[in-house]
Amino acid sequence: MPDIDEEIRDTSKGMTSIVKTVVRFALGIIVIFGAYIVLYGHLTPGGGFAGGVILACGYIVLTLAFGRQIALRKMNNKAASILDTSGVLAFLAIGLLGYTGGYFFLNFLGRGKMFDLVSAGTIPLCNIAIGLKVTASLFAIFLALSIFGRFISSLVDEDE
Amino acid sequence: MICYFLALVLFVMGLYCLVAKKNIIKKIIGVTITEYSINLFLILIGYRRGGIAPITLRGMDPGEVAAKGVDPLPQALVLTSIVIGLGVLALMVAMCLRLYEKYKTFDMSEINRLRG
Amino acid sequence: MEIYLLILLIFMIIGSIIAIEAKSLLSSVISVGVVGFSLSIAFLMLGAPDIAITQVVVEVLILVILIRATITMDNTAIEGGGGTFPFVVSLVFFGLFLVFSFFAVQEIPKFGEPLMRVSERYLRTSAEETGATNVVTGILLDFRGYDTVGEATVLFTAIVGAFGILRRRGRKKKTEEDAEKVGILEDEDIKKDFEGF
Repeated sequence: MPDIDEEIRDTSKGMTSIVKTVVRFALGIIVIFGAYIVLYGHLTPGGGFAGGVILACGYIVLTLAFGRQIALRKMNNKAASILDTSGVLAFLAIGLLGYTGGYFFLNFLGRGKMFDLVSAGTIPLCNIAIGLKVTASLFAIFLALSIFGRFISSLVDEDE
Repeated sequence: MICYFLALVLFVMGLYCLVAKKNIIKKIIGVTITEYSINLFLILIGYRRGGIAPITLRGMDPGEVAAKGVDPLPQALVLTSIVIGLGVLALMVAMCLRLYEKYKTFDMSEINRLRG
Repeated sequence: MEIYLLILLIFMIIGSIIAIEAKSLLSSVISVGVVGFSLSIAFLMLGAPDIAITQVVVEVLILVILIRATITMDNTAIEGGGGTFPFVVSLVFFGLFLVFSFFAVQEIPKFGEPLMRVSERYLRTSAEETGATNVVTGILLDFRGYDTVGEATVLFTAIVGAFGILRRRGRKKKTEEDAEKVGILEDEDIKKDFEGF
């Protein structure tokens, strides 16, 4: 297996080195911003949906700039499917755990102090679960459309 | 009032694109525009004149949001609707790629003709 | 404030006219981007920063997906219009729709004065009852968690549907081994078939 740094510097794959350099700086900021939006969803604008889409955009930028090999090494199809499913199951499990106190989606944890990061009971946990789900499923959709789609058209060429 | 009407004009234009255009990508664009207009209409209904976003910030009086905040309920529903729209769009594009693979065209009348 | 909103709405309508009537599919897709980004500015003006953030990032993804669908075609120009009959019929019916809707919007609460029967309680008690200072998140994940579960189900179904449509089975089978593989591509296949971008 070739060194990952060499593969990143390989100019024959992905876009030009200008794009790659900019993406290398911007990607960390994108991911940190997405995580911030997910984690602080109960205090500031945002939440699991918006933050999940931002994180998925980070992966898509990675794919577009460096080519598929690098991005698939970070998260491939199977990992995306597993994360997607586990996000849904975690969300449902948090909802079902509410039955310990009486009914579905009961906020069974303590409310905490207002404006604290750890407050509002189960809401941050739900946000994290939804963020995971949205990230994984949108990245999986992008992979399916780009890789399977090209695979389809290459098969068509072979048939002719 | 005129804002509601303009949102509905946008709705009708998306619907027109969906019905009258023959290209499948154009039809998908029509669905997208329709969805945008409905989201906008729901948010317009919940707007309160001089309202603020329904978020209590640090150092803000707790009663201020209750007195001046805009309607948060349509916002919560539209938030889910936007993400669903993205998933449905991806589904439509997937179907569209399959159709292109089979018939080599995006034109609906051409596809109908090829089917015989 | 409202005059800016009107200008933005008219801008969106012009953008959607261009998106509908453009002769090239790529410019049509980019005009949809005009409508979507204006929509996010409108959300921001209407006091909905949550939705504005979501709309911006979703719009970027929509553009990526639509352009990916568009570049499949070798020729992105559109030949021929929709024909006269569908145009006239849809013009008549949508004109009628607009006339009726003009009278219908007189009946709903006026712009700027919402009813807010349930929402008033949410706004008042959300901070104490849920502990979340963002009322929208409080409604989404606490008061109305069922809706969010339904949303997650619908999104999951859409993703599974797209995978099912795009998967590999159903194509011409070359070997028995190919017939066994369903859906997910193996790594060596990806390396073999899709070098670079």
